[in-house]
Amino acid sequence: MQPQELIPHLFRSEFSKLTAVLCRHMGIGHMEAAEDIVSETFLSALENWSYKGLPPNPVAWLYTVAKNKCRNYIQRNQLFNIKIAQELRSQSADSNETDIDLSEQNITDSQLRMLFVICHPSIAPEAQIGLSLRILCGFGIEEIANAFLVNRETINKRLYRAKEKLKAENVSIELPIPAAINERLDNVLTTLYLLFNEGYYSESHDSILREDLCLEAMKLVYLLLQNEQTNQPKVHALLSLMCFHSSRFAARKNQQGEIVLYHDQDESRWNYELIAKGAFHLKQASQGDQFSKYHLEAGIAYWHTIKTDNSEKWENILQLYNQLLRLEYSPVAALNRTYALSKVYGKQVAINEAEKLQLNNNHYYFILLGELYCDINNDRASFNFEKAFEMAKNQTDRQIIKKRLDELQQGNLPTHCQ
Amino acid sequence: MEEFMLIFRHEDGNKVASPEQIQVWMKQTMDWIGGIAAQNKFVQGNGLPFEDARVVRPNNLVTNGPFGEIKETIAGYIIVKADSVEEAVEFAKGSPVLQGEGNSVEVRKIARGDGIH
Repeated sequence: MQPQELIPHLFRSEFSKLTAVLCRHMGIGHMEAAEDIVSETFLSALENWSYKGLPPNPVAWLYTVAKNKCRNYIQRNQLFNIKIAQELRSQSADSNETDIDLSEQNITDSQLRMLFVICHPSIAPEAQIGLSLRILCGFGIEEIANAFLVNRETINKRLYRAKEKLKAENVSIELPIPAAINERLDNVLTTLYLLFNEGYYSESHDSILREDLCLEAMKLVYLLLQNEQTNQPKVHALLSLMCFHSSRFAARKNQQGEIVLYHDQDESRWNYELIAKGAFHLKQASQGDQFSKYHLEAGIAYWHTIKTDNSEKWENILQLYNQLLRLEYSPVAALNRTYALSKVYGKQVAINEAEKLQLNNNHYYFILLGELYCDINNDRASFNFEKAFEMAKNQTDRQIIKKRLDELQQGNLPTHCQ
Repeated sequence: MEEFMLIFRHEDGNKVASPEQIQVWMKQTMDWIGGIAAQNKFVQGNGLPFEDARVVRPNNLVTNGPFGEIKETIAGYIIVKADSVEEAVEFAKGSPVLQGEGNSVEVRKIARGDGIH
């Protein structure tokens, strides 16, 4: 492999490891510096390797250079502190003495700690996702901006503010104490869930990037499973959910990159290895007495891996949504529950319930009403689809709604609408 | 928005239903509650099983369950959010408990604990 190809590949995998270890070594106040040191290390690699050729062990080379840069930084910092700020003298005195430990064990351990630091409740969820992508997944600012569909400047500001906040709060790079770990773990799981969704539902046209986001989220969940304290049923449930969802990656888009809805998907393009993994983790999740919304969502996702419509499938999905809504209301769960209701009790029953939801500023609500009214009252179906079309915020959704409207007007309803 | 408790009263707690019948009721109840939860109006709820029920009276008199002595027993409750008692009553009308002859759902507003109610 040429250095130009090797470096981005190495960057992803080594960036997060190095940054995590250096952050832990230097303390939360030096997060920015840790990032810079690692970036500089890669820059040195690019300069050196391009001329001198690859070193025999590129990873070891990176670790040595990063360690040296880190030591220099600490020394400089200490000099600065001694000369200018006497009272800060002791701050990093210890870290100079101890060696920077880049063993596999310490890397995993540091990454896990950083995961808890970044998912600290003091910073906003958006910033948690951004920082996770940067620090834990080694994504570039450009890539993060791409995934969020905002510009670099916005991401830079968001990450800067989050780091300042963590510094101000003086968040320690430790795992929470056992008594607090459960509550903090919930926060970590929420962030990883959002990170996954960011990839799964992202509007970004870069499909490789989207899949990467999902895979990175899964890797981080896996990281939690490797630690005894965080290897918990709800973590398995979350991973199970992610496996089931990502099994449909290939089938979700056609060759033109347009979204293919679930009922139109070619199930031979589903990834059955991931489905099997999902089933494995769902089984692990059912050991013990923990019960979380991830259990319910994984259950729902499991039933969706069975393509054929049958009453058992929709009965189960409906009951799982009933439970999910009791546990935690969300508009999307309310809409999906009503769709499941129509599969079990018929459209008329579902229409009665749907009309009560009154989610009048949610365009998916009108898509649902449109679907339910198909064949019952086509005028009302058109009316609702048109309303949804007006409200839809993105091209993909508008495309789907337009297709439905056309089919309705031409009198040839799609099969699942009959 | 107020909170109301819907209390399910069964006419006769001694009536034994078949397991199949119980399963049907359970599913209907879950669908009914799911419908309320889908409107973000569900707060909480509990079934109150008849086994291990006791009634404690003055002078440390403890009896097994309220059954046999009184006609009605409370089988459970849910708490809902509603703008008015009328809305809460509409929720109550959907309760599968009402399929049983003589059963009833009592709708009661929950005191806010603000010193007035």
